[in-house]
Amino acid sequence: MTDGATGASLRPPTVRSGLAAPATTVDRKVVAGFVALAGAGALAPVLPAYPLTLLTQAAIIAVLAMSLDVLLGYTGLPSLGHAAYFGIAAYTVAILATERQIGLAGCLVAALLLATATAAVFGVLAIRATGTYFLMITLALGMVVWGLAFRWVSMTKGDNGIAGVPRPELGLPWSLAAPLPFFYFALGAAALAWGAMGVLVRSPFGLGLKGIRESESRMRALGYNVWLHKYLAFVISGFFAAFAGVLWAYYNGFVGPADVQLVTSVETLLMVALGGPGTLAGSAFGAVAIVFLKNFVSVYTKRWLLILGAVYIGVILFAPRGVLGAFSREPRGAP
Amino acid sequence: MTAEFWITQAFNGLSYGALLFLLASGLSLIFGVMRIVNLAHGSYFMLGGYVGLSVVWRTGSFAAALVAGALAIALIGVGMERLFLRRLPGQTLGQVLMTVGFALMFQDLALLIWGGDPYTIPVPATLQGIVTAGALRFPTYRIFIIVVASLVGAVLWIVLDRTRMGAMIRAAVDDREMAQGVGIHVPVVSLGVFALGAALAALGGVIGGGFLGVYPGADFEVLPYAFVVVIVGGLGSLPGAMVGSLLVGLLDNFGKALFPELSYFTLFAPMALILALRPTGLFGRA
Repeated sequence: MTDGATGASLRPPTVRSGLAAPATTVDRKVVAGFVALAGAGALAPVLPAYPLTLLTQAAIIAVLAMSLDVLLGYTGLPSLGHAAYFGIAAYTVAILATERQIGLAGCLVAALLLATATAAVFGVLAIRATGTYFLMITLALGMVVWGLAFRWVSMTKGDNGIAGVPRPELGLPWSLAAPLPFFYFALGAAALAWGAMGVLVRSPFGLGLKGIRESESRMRALGYNVWLHKYLAFVISGFFAAFAGVLWAYYNGFVGPADVQLVTSVETLLMVALGGPGTLAGSAFGAVAIVFLKNFVSVYTKRWLLILGAVYIGVILFAPRGVLGAFSREPRGAP
Repeated sequence: MTAEFWITQAFNGLSYGALLFLLASGLSLIFGVMRIVNLAHGSYFMLGGYVGLSVVWRTGSFAAALVAGALAIALIGVGMERLFLRRLPGQTLGQVLMTVGFALMFQDLALLIWGGDPYTIPVPATLQGIVTAGALRFPTYRIFIIVVASLVGAVLWIVLDRTRMGAMIRAAVDDREMAQGVGIHVPVVSLGVFALGAALAALGGVIGGGFLGVYPGADFEVLPYAFVVVIVGGLGSLPGAMVGSLLVGLLDNFGKALFPELSYFTLFAPMALILALRPTGLFGRA
């Protein structure tokens, strides 16, 4: 009886085809991502205002979904509190831009720093846990942030939220207050984030994350610092979620507790699950699908929560097993 | 800060903790037996309150509301477990997303059926008074909550610790496969525990409806409290749920009274501390 045998019995070294997608599939998704980016960019000038707004929103939320995918799809850590970093960044921008009239650069740096620092603190607590405990701890930590947004009225204005966040001025001939220039701004930022995360997950570090996702014990045996990899993935994921949060505050002009609530975190999980975890472009498509679905359905019926709920259940029941099989690695009977 | 303040706040915290115990003990057992992260558990609380409200309106009987609320929600729980969650064994993320889907649908259905106005469940006159002890005043209803939770806790403890059924549940919590191997029909145990957990949450919802009220959004408001209780106490541990509920009830109450703007912080910071020292919670086992 060796350690290796024990490890193997606890974590079967199965090859999961849905998870470790063949290279061609990944490439196809990357190509599709480029096509979608270029197509959206080309179509934008002729689009009516409402679809353009939705497209802008989708580009920003796609960054949030991709940031979660770094943690969920590549590292195998399902976080239930991802909206926290998104929300902290959004609140930081909203507070600084409305009360201190600070510009884009100042807001961006402050928001990214604060949210990433939060992720760094939360990560220390969360990374110790695995499986269900990780889910619950991230949920509870996310609720801390929501609680502050909701109750710390003197700072966050509580339930009313912070309205009137001005769009940034870049000193360009086009004002970002107009929908089209802001769309290009958001699209460019999203492309930048996609590129940065794409480089990250293809780097040796990213491959290390994938290895940890497949078998933590083997990676440890190979001499990898598993804890540090997971921790860095957690912090980096929080950083990109914060980047999305900055864009969101400027896009929406309003930041409220709904941006940091549990449902927002779960919705992001749904996007990643829908698009196929472990493919950044897939998560982005999942985000686009959910953003459009939510908005279109809410135009036609007041009962959109009912429909969204049914979508959750439907995705889980009918999505290919491979998409979700990735998260069933917890051996049953042992936490 | 007089002595009265501390005693009154401690009493309020104790009674809130008692309510949380009803909610969280079921969640903890469900976690323990099935490893299901049930984000619809707060919905059981809210729906229980609404069903109880309707029953009180129709029959005028608070006792009938308690029974009907618990039974109706137990049925919903059974349906969810049998028809849906059972298809996702071990798929943590799938279970999370599915239970959230249910929570959203329940939220919308409740809004459709009962509207968006907040209600308070009318409680019997015998529970409405105030017990005075010197300068201290204790609402009878809060004493009633503590009594109910103590009774439920005692019954649960006796069942879990002293009966054959309880031994089967504990075996399923400790090692599902082994329990199955020695002839325990774990799926039936799971179903029973799920129904029990849902019924207890609904019971909490009806009782809570008497002083917190019944309103849209109550589901996601109580959910984090239940989770903190379970995290602090440890998965699947009844003593953990008891101690956790008390701690959370007291922390929340003193937090709200002493630092209103940071009240969630005073609740979650100790939780983080406990986790840092004991990742499996106070009574949990790895």
